[in-house]
Amino acid sequence: MSKKENLSLRDAYGETLVELGGENPHVVVLDADLSGSTRTSKFAKKFPDRFFNIGIAEADMMSTAAGLAVAGKIPFASTFAVFASGRAWDQVRQSICFSKLNVKIVASHGGITVGEDGPTHHAMEDLALMRVMPNLTVIVPVDAVETASAIRVMAQTNGPMYLRTAREKFPVLYDKGEKFNIGKGKELKNGSDVAIIACGLMVSVALEAAEQLEQDGISTAVINMSTIKPIDSELILRVAATTGSIVTAEEHSIVGGLGSAVAEVVCENEPVAAVVRVGMKAQLAQSGKPKELLELYGMNKSSIVGAAHRAIALKREPAHKSGSSS
Amino acid sequence: MSKTNDIEELTRIANELRIDIIEMLHKSGSGHPGGSLSAIDILTALYFSRMSHSPGSTNDSDHDIFILSKGHAAPAVYAALAKSGYFDKSHLGTLRQIDSILSGHPYSQSTPGIEVTTGSLGQGLSMANGIAIARKLDRRSSRVFCMMGDGEIQEGQIWEAAMTSAHYKLDNVVGILDNNGLQIDGFCHDIMSLEPIGDKWRAFGWEVIEINGHDMSQILDSLDEALTIKYKPTLIWAHTVKGKGVSFMENVAKYHGTTPTDEELQRALLELTASGN
Ligand SMILES: Cc1ncc(C[n+]2csc(CCOP(=O)(O)OP(=O)(O)O)c2C)c(N)n1
Ligand SMILES: [Mg+2]
Repeated sequence: MSKKENLSLRDAYGETLVELGGENPHVVVLDADLSGSTRTSKFAKKFPDRFFNIGIAEADMMSTAAGLAVAGKIPFASTFAVFASGRAWDQVRQSICFSKLNVKIVASHGGITVGEDGPTHHAMEDLALMRVMPNLTVIVPVDAVETASAIRVMAQTNGPMYLRTAREKFPVLYDKGEKFNIGKGKELKNGSDVAIIACGLMVSVALEAAEQLEQDGISTAVINMSTIKPIDSELILRVAATTGSIVTAEEHSIVGGLGSAVAEVVCENEPVAAVVRVGMKAQLAQSGKPKELLELYGMNKSSIVGAAHRAIALKREPAHKSGSSS
Repeated sequence: MSKTNDIEELTRIANELRIDIIEMLHKSGSGHPGGSLSAIDILTALYFSRMSHSPGSTNDSDHDIFILSKGHAAPAVYAALAKSGYFDKSHLGTLRQIDSILSGHPYSQSTPGIEVTTGSLGQGLSMANGIAIARKLDRRSSRVFCMMGDGEIQEGQIWEAAMTSAHYKLDNVVGILDNNGLQIDGFCHDIMSLEPIGDKWRAFGWEVIEINGHDMSQILDSLDEALTIKYKPTLIWAHTVKGKGVSFMENVAKYHGTTPTDEELQRALLELTASGN
């Protein structure tokens, strides 16, 4: 399955936007002085009349997008993830989400792989910040193929949505034409001892970890959970039942993102399963190369392998499990 | 490093710091040359002539504070801080690397001489107001200098802060606008018009002093004049050139965030050493 070619998610976004622009005259695009980086510049070049660079004014951009949606347009608004989620949080909340407006926020430079720009530019809280929003769908595509499909689905589906792309290129896991479905995770590999539920860049790392775990005799499932909200509880509970041990992996703080979403589902349902979260545990990172930072802050293969062993150790014995369900 | 009023000496220092900026960004391979070079003459005047500051007593409320609200120009401040003795110059070669004290953007927790964290644009002037209000409460006469980018003043928070400075009559706040005409996506006037800049700040209750931000004597005079303005904040509206001092970077949007290649480094150093003589 893994073809190991690396492709850019933001390029996929920019190219799909151009296609959508040709197909639907109601698609409009906004940016906040980062159009080269977010790749909305491709749309700007092709459809200058439907592109609005609001300047370095993210709050204004979000509420302007809300206005465009009220008047029937399909606005895509882009900036870096740290600004889309943090700088304009209240505008996203009140102007966009409260009214369930059809605004598509596509944020580039998610996660720690922003790298050298340092902690002010790392987006390690965006999923938490966006996940608590009312009515907002939150998507973290795994590769360029899924990004392109997700952007199309977003344009066709009414309602506010947030999608996170990245500065770095990600390994391509899917064949062209693979279809993204909102709210549906995908089991890329099945297994019975432990399930790794991951999103974004961490899915390919999870696949590598699974390879090693299999060599150690541990049957490992890997799930691409590309919709963080609404989360696919059915799939989570299914693998909780088959494995009893879950590891989550995300390029994000372990607080409030995918790991929290999975834990919330598992905690309040049967069957009981252990959940161990892989993500950033430190309060803040530092400048550095993307790869170095992923290693240093524990978003790597060895952390996932370690977490899998821990989740298995935490797994309750079947007898204990049935006893505790009363 | 002792202070000087000598224009030639300050010009020489600015040139030396330009070389530091270029070398540090060549080594790091990522970062922002354009806005560092447009700001460096003003920073030189502040750090080596007019600002009251000293390494080792950064919490002293009698000292002035500099806030780089346009945080991406961090290399310019790092060069000035190293030369001022806040840390050894060898650190400049570690910019943006793991375990470096020099983060991609100014980060108060890791760099001596950096008072506040910036990088997300638009927040510096509000922090400057906070410090200025506290200084007034403490009856201190020190000043707060806050440098903003012209693209940066598109952020609404800048104008919220501009109202606050004027409302509280913060004559100890000196805003400095690095008006280099460019932001990331192109010329400011194409992206989101700023004009009339001077009238806007004046309408918000500020005294505005318009200068050429690369003319050392104009910079010094404006900083002195700002001292004489009472009961309102002053904006030094500095017309600058993005990438100033390295010909192929001047006025080119690309060099906002593109670091010099090996060959470009050599060309830049040739130019800068020539103008240093
Ligand atoms: C809130 C926020 N939005 C966007 C950015 C990304 N960004 C970094 S620098 C920059 C352009 C700044 O232009 P200007 O203020 O004119 O700076 P200068 O020309 O002096 O480099 C942008 C948009 C940011 N750092 N912070
Ligand atoms: Mg500028």
